[in-house]
Amino acid sequence: MSVVFERTKLLTDKQFHYCPGCNHGIIHRLVAESIDELVQEGKLEAGNVMGVAPVGCSVFAYDYFNCDMYEAAHGRAPAVATGAKRARPNTIFFTYQGDCDLASIGTAEIVHAAHRGEKFVTIFVNNAIYGMTGGQMAPTTLVGQKTTTSPYGRDEAWCGAPIRIAEMLSTIPGSYYIERCACNNNANIIKTKKAIKKAFQYQLEGKGFCLIEVLSTCPTNWGLSPVEAMTWLEENMIPYYPLGVKKDKGAE
Amino acid sequence: MALTLMKGSEAIAEAAIRAGARFFFGYPITPQTEIPEYMSARMPEVGGCFLQAESEVAAINMVYGAAGTGARVITSSSSPGVSLKQEGISYCAGAQLPCVILNVMRGGPGLGNIQASQGDYMQGVKGGGNGDYHLLTYAPSSVQEAIDIMMFAFEKAEKYRMPVLFLADGIIAQMMEPVEMPEMVDYKVDPEKKPWACTGWKPGDDPAKRGVINSIYIDTESLSIHNEHLQAIYAEARANEQMWENYKTEDAEYIITAFGTVARIAKTAIDELREQGVKVGLFRPISVWPYPYDAMRETICREQVKGVLDVEVNEGQMLEDVKLGLEGAKPIRFFGHYGSEFPTTDEIKNEILKMKEGK
Ligand SMILES: Cc1ncc(C[n+]2csc(CCOP(=O)(O)OP(=O)(O)O)c2C)c(N)n1
Ligand code: SF4
Ligand SMILES: [Mg+2]
Repeated sequence: MSVVFERTKLLTDKQFHYCPGCNHGIIHRLVAESIDELVQEGKLEAGNVMGVAPVGCSVFAYDYFNCDMYEAAHGRAPAVATGAKRARPNTIFFTYQGDCDLASIGTAEIVHAAHRGEKFVTIFVNNAIYGMTGGQMAPTTLVGQKTTTSPYGRDEAWCGAPIRIAEMLSTIPGSYYIERCACNNNANIIKTKKAIKKAFQYQLEGKGFCLIEVLSTCPTNWGLSPVEAMTWLEENMIPYYPLGVKKDKGAE
Repeated sequence: MALTLMKGSEAIAEAAIRAGARFFFGYPITPQTEIPEYMSARMPEVGGCFLQAESEVAAINMVYGAAGTGARVITSSSSPGVSLKQEGISYCAGAQLPCVILNVMRGGPGLGNIQASQGDYMQGVKGGGNGDYHLLTYAPSSVQEAIDIMMFAFEKAEKYRMPVLFLADGIIAQMMEPVEMPEMVDYKVDPEKKPWACTGWKPGDDPAKRGVINSIYIDTESLSIHNEHLQAIYAEARANEQMWENYKTEDAEYIITAFGTVARIAKTAIDELREQGVKVGLFRPISVWPYPYDAMRETICREQVKGVLDVEVNEGQMLEDVKLGLEGAKPIRFFGHYGSEFPTTDEIKNEILKMKEGK
């Protein structure tokens, strides 16, 4: 009998700690599968990939990805990956970061990683909220969205409108490939995986900085059921954060 | 070996390269900018990497990344920049990453000024970042001594898996001195010697050998085990790594305590006082963490010693360690300048003479 499906080798046996309906688990799986496939296709040597986990709900990603891993300080994953990549230029690196990690405390690090054209992949999980600390307002929180620190809804006059990271980083000359995806249905999950794999492929070719933004749910802190959360993402996030390729120097 | 005349900052940078450092991450700040400048020209010559970071915060995190692969990594800055690095230094300590950090101290607080100072003793020695951690901290008082310390700094950092901090001052970085530069060390990452490093683990390999560079231990028990482990390492470093210098202390009736460049000024004052028949000596800690308390006690807690004069370019930061070590055994006088004004030999002589006269 031939094996038609098995657990991806790039994930450990450790059980995810994510809440029911959270997209972090799906996104982990897509990253791991992409790497695994590149290994199976003979494009990437096993053991030649390393990752950097953030501070946020995915802080324990180092326990889940079955490769050498770092756990970085809040927002500093791109700097950590920069140092590591410079020391091992032939190794494939990725950072996995939430929206507060990347779009708030770590904006300098991500902007300058893109600016230098660092050769690693960033998986940017945008759930419009601080998941881990219990649902505070993020730079990505939508106008009017209620959080524990915007109990009356985000007020644009008071604290601005949400940042569109994918668009912003596309304007930086050093970024190579940037796409925004979502995991709200099967078609989009397949698209997300394609994007992630393409980003890793570009790294194998030694191309510049790649970022895949994945719109994600946080049913727990949004106060919605997993299904309602997915609908909320479709009705509110996707219109403000349009999906698609923002920049692809390889396709130009 | 031949002596060459070298500027402190360049000599320290070259020594780091000779000691095997192949990665430098930093951000310009006076009075140490010559270090990144030197590195930017020199690293490519030895197949190393110089990268100018967007901030000191990023620089220390690049150190974290590169050191995690087992490479020898160094960063350099001056006081305000070292303040920014504290977060990353605490993470390096927590994740037990060997690396070298240079602080070429300047006047503070805040932006202060760009002249030499000793105002970051507390920050370096008592821990500027969060948590229970220490750094092997050295306070060289000459360019040659900085070079000599650099030549073993990485080995010590690797032995104890602790970051090493240099507390130098702007004078050491800026002055030119004849130095003997050691031979180049041949350093290569050896996964056997650094089993904790990220060196290319793959699924199917021994799970215990997977590289995980990390400082989070989420449950109370594992964090407490981790901290006990760190404390055991610090205890070993305390037992084995104390360094100090005694200068003319054998028959001294007055002992000056000072570190770094100030100790050199004190030596001149001591020589001049001795010409006048005043028996003065110097106790100089070279490692300021671990502080050589026992050696200081042995030097000072003797019958003929009448008093101690602690001299620093700060408000008396090391003074606390002097007091801690002496436990009230001898009278201690403090003489210091704030900011970045250095004491003159006359001022130091004056203080000793006042002590002698019981003033
Ligand atoms: C320096 C620092 N500041 C604040 C925190 C607290 N903190 C932990 S996780 C987090 C928010 C993470 O949110 P996000 O990046 O959006 O990830 P998510 O949990 O939503 O996946 C914050 C503020 C910290 N750990 N370190
Ligand atoms: S709090 Fe939100 S982001 Fe965090 S695991 Fe739960 S659902 Fe996911
Ligand atoms: Mg978030």
